[in-house]
Amino acid sequence: MEMNVTRRTVLRGAGSLGALSALIMAGVLKPTAAYAAEWNKAAFEAKDTAGALKGMGAATTADSNDLMLKVPDIAENGAVVPVDVVSKIPNTSSIAILVEKNPQPLCAQFDFANGAMAEVSARLKMGQTSLVKAIAKADGKFYTAQKEVKVTVGGCGG
Amino acid sequence: MADPMKIRAQMKGDVAEVRILMGHAMETGQRKDAAGKAIPAHFIQSMTVEVGGKKVVDGQIGTSISRNPVFGFKVKGAKAGDKVVVSWVDNKGDKRTDEAAVA
Repeated sequence: MEMNVTRRTVLRGAGSLGALSALIMAGVLKPTAAYAAEWNKAAFEAKDTAGALKGMGAATTADSNDLMLKVPDIAENGAVVPVDVVSKIPNTSSIAILVEKNPQPLCAQFDFANGAMAEVSARLKMGQTSLVKAIAKADGKFYTAQKEVKVTVGGCGG
Repeated sequence: MADPMKIRAQMKGDVAEVRILMGHAMETGQRKDAAGKAIPAHFIQSMTVEVGGKKVVDGQIGTSISRNPVFGFKVKGAKAGDKVVVSWVDNKGDKRTDEAAVA
C-alpha cells in the first residue's frame, strides 16, 4: 500500500515535471531572440512559380485588385527593372515578388510589422520578357497581381 | 569589408519614407568569367530594418534582386530623429549594419 502510494506520487510528480520541462524547453527553443527570418531555401531555389509558391506555403492564391504592382511595360535594361508593390488589402503581413521566367522566380519576400506599410519598391533582374508577380499574405490568405514586362536586353548575365 | 549602405529616411506627413542603397555584387552563380568558369553565387540573403528601436521590415532576398540593391519602404508612426538601422547578411555569412536618422 505504501509502495503504491509512493509509485503514484512519483508518477504524478514525474508527469508534472515532464510537462514543466516541456514548456521550459519550448520557451528555450522558441527563437525569441531571432533577428531575421530564416531564408526559405525551398522557395528561393524553386525553378518555377508553382514551386516557389509551394515553398512559401501558398496553396492557393486569389487575384486581387487591391494589390497594385507598378512595373515598366518595357525594360531597357533587364539587369535593373524597378518594381513598386502596394497592398491595400487589410492586414497584409508580407509581400513577395516573383519573375515567372527567371531561373529562380522568387526575388524577395518582406514581412512588415510595427507600423511598416504594406508597400515595397525594389529593383529586379529579368532574364527575358516575363510576367512579374506580387504575392501578398493577409490573414493567412494569399493574393496575387501580375504584369508583363518586355525585356529587350536580358539581365541575368547570359 | 562591404561598402557602407546609403540610407535616407524622410517624414512625409506621419509616414517615414525610407530608401536604402546596399553595395553588393548579388552574383547569381550563373555568370561565367573570361575563362568560362562559373562565378560563385554571392548575394544578400536577409535584411532587417528597424525604426525607433522596433523591427519594421524583415526581408528574405534572392539572386533575382539587382546588383547594388535599392529598397524603399514606408513606416507609419515614425518621427523625425528616430534612428533607422538596416542590417543585411549574405550567403557567405558576410554582414553589414548601417544607420541613419529620420529627417
